Amino acid sequence: MAVELDVFVGNTTIMDEEVYQLWLDGYTVNDAVKVRMEGGVMEECEASADVLLSDTMDQYRTFQMCERLLHSPAKLANQLLFQIPPNRQAILIERYYAFDDAFVREVLGKKLSKGTKKDLDDIGAKTGVTLKSCRRQFDNFKRVFKVVEELKGPLVENIRQHFLLSDKLARDYAAIVFFANNRFETGKRKLQYLTFQDFAFCAGQLINNWTVGAVDNMVEDMDVDLDKEFLQELKELKILITDKDLLDQHKSLVCTALRGKTKAFNEMEANFKNLSRGLINIAAKLTNTKDVRDFFIDLVEKFIEPCRSDRWTAADMKLYLTHYTNSAHILDTFKHQVVWDRYMGVIKSCIFKMYHD
Amino acid sequence: MPGKLKARIVAGRHLPVMDRASDLTDAFVEVKFGNTTFKTDVCPKSLNPQWNSEWFKFEVDDEDLQDEPLQVTVLDHDTYSANDAIGKVYIDIDPLLCSEAASVISGWFPIYDTIHGIRGEINVLVKVELFNDLNRFRQSSCGVKFFCTTSIPRCYRAAMVHGFVEELVVNEDPEYQWIDRIRTPRASNEARQRLISLMSGELQRKIGLKVLEMGGNAVVGYLQCFDLEGESGLVVRAIGTACTLDKLSSGSAPNTNTHMHPNTAPASNACNSPSKDGKEPVFGEDLLSSSGPPTPFRALPTSSSSPPPFSPSKPCSRQSSSSDTDLSLTPKTEKAQPVRRRPGIFLCPSSPTLSTDTLSLPGSGSVGCGHGSAPRATTPPPLSSIRSDSALLRKSVSFTEDLLLAASGMGSGGSAGKEAGPLKTLLRQQTQTALEQRGASSSGLLLNAREFPFFTLTSFPPGFLVHVGGVVSARSVKLLDRIHNPDEPETRDAWWEEIRQEIKSHAKALGCHAVVGYSESTSICEEVCILSASGTAAILNPRYMREGCLDMGITDHRFEEPSPPSCGFCHIPYDELNMPFPAQLTYCYHCRRQKVPDVLFTTIDLPPEAAVTGKGCLIQARLCRLKKKAQGEVNATAISNLLPFMEYELHTQLMNKLKLRSMNALFGLHIQISVGENMLLGLASATGVYLTALPAPGGIQIAGKTPGDLSNEQHILTIQKRINDTIAKNKELYQINPPELTEEVVGSPIPDPRQRSRLFRSHSESSDEVSELDLSHGKKDAFVLEIDDTDAVEDIHSLLTDAPTPTGFYSCNTEVMPGIYNWTSGVQMFTSVRVLRLSNANLTNQGLNKIFTDLCENLLKSFYFKLRSMIPCCLCRLNFTVAVPEEELIQVAVTAVAMTFDKDQTQEKPAEKAITKGCSETEDQLQFPLELCADASSANNQPSSKISGVPETTNVSSRAASVDYGSFADRCSTWLELLRLKAHTIRRGSVKTISSLDRSSPLPEGRSRSLRSNRSFAGGSVTVVKMTPLSFLPGTRIIKYLGIINMFFIRETSSLREEGGVSGFLHSFIAEVFAMVRAHVAALGGNAVVSYSMKECVFMENPNKNQAQCLINVSGDAVICVRETDQEPIPSMTNIGQTCTSGTDGAT
Repeated sequence: MAVELDVFVGNTTIMDEEVYQLWLDGYTVNDAVKVRMEGGVMEECEASADVLLSDTMDQYRTFQMCERLLHSPAKLANQLLFQIPPNRQAILIERYYAFDDAFVREVLGKKLSKGTKKDLDDIGAKTGVTLKSCRRQFDNFKRVFKVVEELKGPLVENIRQHFLLSDKLARDYAAIVFFANNRFETGKRKLQYLTFQDFAFCAGQLINNWTVGAVDNMVEDMDVDLDKEFLQELKELKILITDKDLLDQHKSLVCTALRGKTKAFNEMEANFKNLSRGLINIAAKLTNTKDVRDFFIDLVEKFIEPCRSDRWTAADMKLYLTHYTNSAHILDTFKHQVVWDRYMGVIKSCIFKMYHD
Repeated sequence: MPGKLKARIVAGRHLPVMDRASDLTDAFVEVKFGNTTFKTDVCPKSLNPQWNSEWFKFEVDDEDLQDEPLQVTVLDHDTYSANDAIGKVYIDIDPLLCSEAASVISGWFPIYDTIHGIRGEINVLVKVELFNDLNRFRQSSCGVKFFCTTSIPRCYRAAMVHGFVEELVVNEDPEYQWIDRIRTPRASNEARQRLISLMSGELQRKIGLKVLEMGGNAVVGYLQCFDLEGESGLVVRAIGTACTLDKLSSGSAPNTNTHMHPNTAPASNACNSPSKDGKEPVFGEDLLSSSGPPTPFRALPTSSSSPPPFSPSKPCSRQSSSSDTDLSLTPKTEKAQPVRRRPGIFLCPSSPTLSTDTLSLPGSGSVGCGHGSAPRATTPPPLSSIRSDSALLRKSVSFTEDLLLAASGMGSGGSAGKEAGPLKTLLRQQTQTALEQRGASSSGLLLNAREFPFFTLTSFPPGFLVHVGGVVSARSVKLLDRIHNPDEPETRDAWWEEIRQEIKSHAKALGCHAVVGYSESTSICEEVCILSASGTAAILNPRYMREGCLDMGITDHRFEEPSPPSCGFCHIPYDELNMPFPAQLTYCYHCRRQKVPDVLFTTIDLPPEAAVTGKGCLIQARLCRLKKKAQGEVNATAISNLLPFMEYELHTQLMNKLKLRSMNALFGLHIQISVGENMLLGLASATGVYLTALPAPGGIQIAGKTPGDLSNEQHILTIQKRINDTIAKNKELYQINPPELTEEVVGSPIPDPRQRSRLFRSHSESSDEVSELDLSHGKKDAFVLEIDDTDAVEDIHSLLTDAPTPTGFYSCNTEVMPGIYNWTSGVQMFTSVRVLRLSNANLTNQGLNKIFTDLCENLLKSFYFKLRSMIPCCLCRLNFTVAVPEEELIQVAVTAVAMTFDKDQTQEKPAEKAITKGCSETEDQLQFPLELCADASSANNQPSSKISGVPETTNVSSRAASVDYGSFADRCSTWLELLRLKAHTIRRGSVKTISSLDRSSPLPEGRSRSLRSNRSFAGGSVTVVKMTPLSFLPGTRIIKYLGIINMFFIRETSSLREEGGVSGFLHSFIAEVFAMVRAHVAALGGNAVVSYSMKECVFMENPNKNQAQCLINVSGDAVICVRETDQEPIPSMTNIGQTCTSGTDGAT
């Protein structure tokens, strides 16, 4: 007595959100049935395990058939095969493109290549995300990357329109695409304490301020590539550390402003030159692709770690960077105010975000 | 006359990649109609091509317009090799041929390939310019509207109901042609799809012609079926009810449940001369004269009877022969009700010599049953051949007895047999052969020919239905033979003719002149075919047979409407004094004036005005019977031998389950018997209700055969307790709290009802029972189930194992649930298919039954679970279809709709509103054409038995009535074996027109059509198309019917595993079928499909070859519906059972 065939098709496609999530999470049908049984859905409706199994299989099949459409969500809206109410469609898409922070943290900044895909089982084992789910997430990243790569216009907006995602999710994808494109190093041990959301925030800052799109919004890849001219101009900032007068002047201005306002004043004063050199050197080296990749590790090594060892509080950090940035404007021999602001604006917000345990 | 068909190909989207090198497609389109083909330009390198073609114009006959579909083929251009087909779209242009339906077809159609499924979409625009054709010899019937809906469609008014139309066309199945060996599966599938499309078109056209001939303009309750007979061919057949429909102006309420004006004046037509009191036997004389003359059949050795060899002391031998059957029914003194079982087999109609006594032996039996007090002269001694038959049949005596009882009145009065010993089994021999029938057809029986007063409708305007007799059904087992000449499919016609005749005679035997809720079906396995037909015998209001006048008032109601509408239909259609069967009648619990049976079985929907207590529920009887594998005649004989037992058991199960739920009536009864190589499956589904007018059902009592055995008694007590508990629980669940009968009732107009009922009961109760019990508490009518062997125990267990529906759910197989009236707009139509493989080769019948029952129960459980988010909700029109596709496979396919309702008001009926409304709507008059008269007359005053369910196809052999049937005595409730009449008229076509009554011009005048854009062409979103098997969508109003949807698809794969196995394959196919239906409806400008059904789902697999094939046929009515505004007068819209006069107030 084997059920040879068992299907249930509704005119309006029936989808259970709980089962959808289990499917997305890569559970096998049997595991999903177990989870559902533990969830108590059986008592709720006087169902038996058989019923649950049949329902789960049906839903899994439906999702598998829908998956093709979910790869180009715009099609979901005008395909004829499944009749799904628009609000359901939105949920389906949003959930399909949702990802695990733990997983994305692992692949962030990696090339979205076959090589990386081969490592997914390791990543899955490490993060506790099933391989199936890892693959879906990875393929999503890759798919979004491929599509937006060739598009003009703002990155976030493109992602949102092509994949019908919410603003939040579209921004996250923009960050992933941005990281993947610039291959930022995020995997070093020193960076492990940073979450995906930290990076996503930084990516947003970089996209909005340092890319070509920040000045010209009709260029291809405008939001994905950093503004080369700007990076070139950053070299000019070196004067702040190479010119001894300027450096001293800058230090005294900052110290004057900070004196008495923080407990860490002594450490700040003692470390000023080191810290300033750190930040300016990062700026000056960004023309090298290699150094761009190390941007975050450099920030941590050259700035965040020294501060942390001196036990600066977040407020100290804020205070210091604000004055550090502003004081440069008073330096009369320093002519690169615009570049300085563009640079420090991003550095400041990135460091604020990254300065935590 | 020609018409001009114009088509334009606009664009495509989501096309598949056909060129791997470029990942693109160079698509172009061929548009073909008839033998003319046009092509678009190639749109290079695009998956979303824009063709924007010119208008392709086809100048064709309207006959072709009706038959042919427009065929759109999308291809990929290939410079060096043959062009690859991407897929096809078949567009049925029939809706454009009717001025009232759609005016343009425009929209995105899925491009379908039988191997790959849907591959992208194409936007097509189709228009038709048709010229009026008044040529009376025309072969086309453009303009006749078709509806699948089995009630008068909303937004129409029935000016006239003409009656039954049927037609069938046959052809060779392309799958079995020699060429199939050399062509690709795709070509073969497409040939089949195209052929069936053509045949459907032709069938519809021919039916349309008949309708025009009758003076009608529409077919309602159109039911089209395919018989895939394999080697022997392909049959497409259809039945329907011809009507003249008037469109209601959109302003007026689209009340199609027209209220019959009670004051209709008698028509001048002589044929419509029944007295005002419908109960009078107006047609008596007619009947005598019509049945008297000898027919050609007289000469045939068709039947006779044998005196019952074991008859009890006071035998009342009942004789019936084929020719005197009509006569015997006529006299009022007639007490015995002969019952005719369906003849078993007609083997090889083309070789009549085979159809002799011996072969038809199992199929020919008739049961007569009479009161001792009403003796009737016995007829001449039986023919010797019959003798031998009865001897042969004796071996099955014990079963036959069951059958007899089952057939002869399952009423609680069944025990009458003990006193009167009246049950006679008469053997009747059925020896007509197809040849003889054909001879008969040519011999001028055409006089009678107009003959089938059948109605495929299942719900009716108030007042239309006067009385309901019970279910009549007939089955016949045939051996298929190659159809030699497709143009003269006489055998198939003759087969159906024969079945219909039988149905008709059953109805007559019930004192009814019409059959409503009529349907036909087949089950085919190899060369054996079971033909089935069933319906509900009924008396329709003779007033509606004539032209009515429209004056108002309810003054004459006394005459016109002796019974209140809320219970009138339950009243017995026959004379209780001459009741041929000892069934238990009581005075109507509602009006107290007329007799009602204690149980009523019907195939129709619950009349909207019926008074119901509590809610209803789905009741199913399921049965498996093993049979030996056999070939040809042996096989057919084996099957026809099994059929009666199956019918009997199904009915017993239904009855038990009904009692267990404390209900007394079944609606929408549908019994399907499906044949496989080594087993037969039987599934009976119905909706049980408690009709207020009928007496409360008694409980079920368990009796043991061996009283001394203590453990056994203990066991019986436990079971009894469980049963009682279940009944009590069910009463609560279904809210069945019938009002207690009060003493005042005694003073009702009818003198001393209790006295009289006691009189009856004395007949029907065994002597030791007290007959003074108050009738209103039906307890003493307890139904006795005897546990005498393990089978019985099993039966009782299975009775109790039906799981109750979970809280918040209700289910029924009728349009709507009796007792629920306030539907909200949540609608979810679904199709579910399950196939079970029986791994165990040595299964017993019991084991199989259990498996089959579990299969059905589990399906229901799955539905409840899946639809739990819709609670409170009701599954309506649950339609189960069973099949045995292969030796060890059982397939069950279900289509139904889940509808939400407002829990708070389920108890109330929006009553008064509907009454006043109905009365004022005098224009909604419905008249009947003459056709009915003859039959009405012949049946009106015949004595007959009370029926609830009528088992057919049962071969009841000649046997003794004296065998102990005590255990069944009380089990009998209202069954009846029906008399089979011997009028065999076989002709081609069954519709005769009567022109005198023709009123309306068959052709709609205006043919001008404009391109109405009542829908948005917006490219982006897809129109939501709702689908439902019901005739309405809750919360909406249908403003326009756009035409019938009738689609046939084949899907095949040779990469089954890759497509997700059989489930994956079928899942996507069903989803694709839904998508194509929705797309066609949307292209017609519609937003819903009502009366949707999946007629056929044939699934075949060959996992070893990684192959599978499936055929699906679906149909429905495309409509435009709009949301009902709040102040809109809804009652007319919301149909049956929702807004009708409440039971008690309805007796205006």
